[in-house]
Amino acid sequence: MRRRLGDSIFAFVVFLAAFAVIALMALMVYELLRQSLPSIEQFGARFLISREWDPVNNVYGALPYIYGTIVSSLLALLMAVPLSLGIAIFLSQFAPRWLRSPLGLLVDLLAAIPSVVYGLWGIFVLAPFLGKTIEPFLADHLGSIPVFRGPVYGVGLFAASVVLAIMITPTISAISREAMLNVSRDQKEAAQALGATPWETVRMSVLPLARPGIIGAVILGLGRALGETMAVTMLIGNVRQLNASIFAPAYSIASVIANEFAEVTEGPHMAALVEMALILLFITLLLNLLARLLVQRTGNRAARLKGRPFAKNRP
Amino acid sequence: MSGRLRMQKEEDGAAEQTPRQAPPLTKPAVPSYQPAGKEMENEISRDSELYSQSAVRRRSRKFRSRLAYCLCALSTVIAMVPLVLILFYVIYQGAGDLNLSFLTSLPKPVGESGGGMGNAIAGSLILIGIAAVIGVPLGVLAGTQLAEYRNPRLSCVVRLLSDILSGVPSIIVGIFVYTLLVLTFKQFSAIAGGVALGILMLPTVARTTEEMMRMVPDTLREASLALGIPRWRTITSVIIKTAGGGIMTGVMLATARIAGETAPLLFTALGSRTWPTGLDKPIASLPVQIYQFAISPFDEWHRQAWAGSLVLVLIVLFLSIGSKIFFGRKMKRAS
Repeated sequence: MRRRLGDSIFAFVVFLAAFAVIALMALMVYELLRQSLPSIEQFGARFLISREWDPVNNVYGALPYIYGTIVSSLLALLMAVPLSLGIAIFLSQFAPRWLRSPLGLLVDLLAAIPSVVYGLWGIFVLAPFLGKTIEPFLADHLGSIPVFRGPVYGVGLFAASVVLAIMITPTISAISREAMLNVSRDQKEAAQALGATPWETVRMSVLPLARPGIIGAVILGLGRALGETMAVTMLIGNVRQLNASIFAPAYSIASVIANEFAEVTEGPHMAALVEMALILLFITLLLNLLARLLVQRTGNRAARLKGRPFAKNRP
Repeated sequence: MSGRLRMQKEEDGAAEQTPRQAPPLTKPAVPSYQPAGKEMENEISRDSELYSQSAVRRRSRKFRSRLAYCLCALSTVIAMVPLVLILFYVIYQGAGDLNLSFLTSLPKPVGESGGGMGNAIAGSLILIGIAAVIGVPLGVLAGTQLAEYRNPRLSCVVRLLSDILSGVPSIIVGIFVYTLLVLTFKQFSAIAGGVALGILMLPTVARTTEEMMRMVPDTLREASLALGIPRWRTITSVIIKTAGGGIMTGVMLATARIAGETAPLLFTALGSRTWPTGLDKPIASLPVQIYQFAISPFDEWHRQAWAGSLVLVLIVLFLSIGSKIFFGRKMKRAS
């Protein structure tokens, strides 16, 4: 019985550590709420739809930043999702076995490169390249659509989206690949037994069963894109405007925080910046929650189809 | 029906494409469809019509499958392009300025050539050290809770929250630490930067610890408990020791993740142009220095930024490739 004391002390310490994770999240939400309260009280919902951003007169509206954040992230998804799904299908179904893990490792390395290095590369290599070749090409051929109209700078929404797309590709492809690998062999073999070609097997049995996981992966990628700071700050142009053209410079929530936060110490300006951080936090919390539930569901379903209980020592 | 059957046979032969097997499979099959009577001739012509139709369709299905294969392979190749380009440019632009003095000296003011990022490299190491002191014990203990104490409700919440925490944008963690520490002590500091990075490390360490501890077989736990060793001693000296290598890979992975983080340091550690003077003072770090030099208008600083990036990329790639290879071996041994 004398050993009980050590056990209960250890159990308590371990419990505290686990509880710290919960406390940390709660404290984070609380702190941001507390610091942004002045701004929330003063501007209310106008904060979200106003374009004004005037530190001299202390009037703040976040619309241009919200616009830049959402448009750049959605554009990035548009480019990254087909690419990532292709990678995931190739690495989980088509590629020869000996190629799979080295190629997967290489794709994962894209996620390891620091975002400031992406930014540096973007400023000096990618943006000039886009500004000289792809953007004029798009403007010439698709210029009738307003989105592709306007002067071409290189640096701008489009350049930021391209870098974002590169950065979220490993996230999306890794998680959807995991979901595709979770599809049980029986399902694939059933399709093959009906004479399905490899692609039909993927389309008929792998994709439908992995769908929740794939959607979860896309949502996680979106969450990463929304919160990405450095590369976007270095490439989006940092001009506070609403411009229909995707070549125009813009601004994003994370970039304005990165650019202005160190210079303000208190007052409504800081409250406004923290409120934007709070908005970003809530969006990413929501997206992550949704994505985790979806990814977990694929795991569950796949395990059930395999005919054994999901992770048997999990409570 | 018979046409279908024949098609199946042919497909088998075509799919295998081994001369050793194809003739004996098709040869006996074909004569069996050769009809004897005249009344069967109509049957045959309809059959071959059906056959050619389905052959066309089969070819288009095969073509589509091949197309999909090519597109998927192509997208994997496309993803490699930026990786290769970034590594190429970082080496091409950075290697020229990378030398011993770059690694050991302070940045020079604009206009003077030479100088380096010695202070930033030292600062990064200090920040990573502080982060590890905070993030690793907390993460390992939280992971222990998840793996060893099966408290379903708590574990479920903690697991979900640590997953979510790993998705929180790092700049928001920076703001959180700013309001928590910098505002309270009225001082940008190395400690604040380290805390921000430690928070970012926490979820990765916790989840890998959990995974690794789950891979320790139950027989080991039972053996230790049967010897009369109390549970906490079982965990600290048997389970953590057995899972130790795996936990180390998790720590390496988490370190690789935070080594390149810039956003949370902008308003916690701030940055500095001198050698680190104290943990309660602003401190330089490699990523922040690269950022500041990259957005400056000076060519010399741009070159320094490239050289700094080369150092940073080398550190990060070394950590993450090392941990991945190590992790892969662990997983193989466990399964």
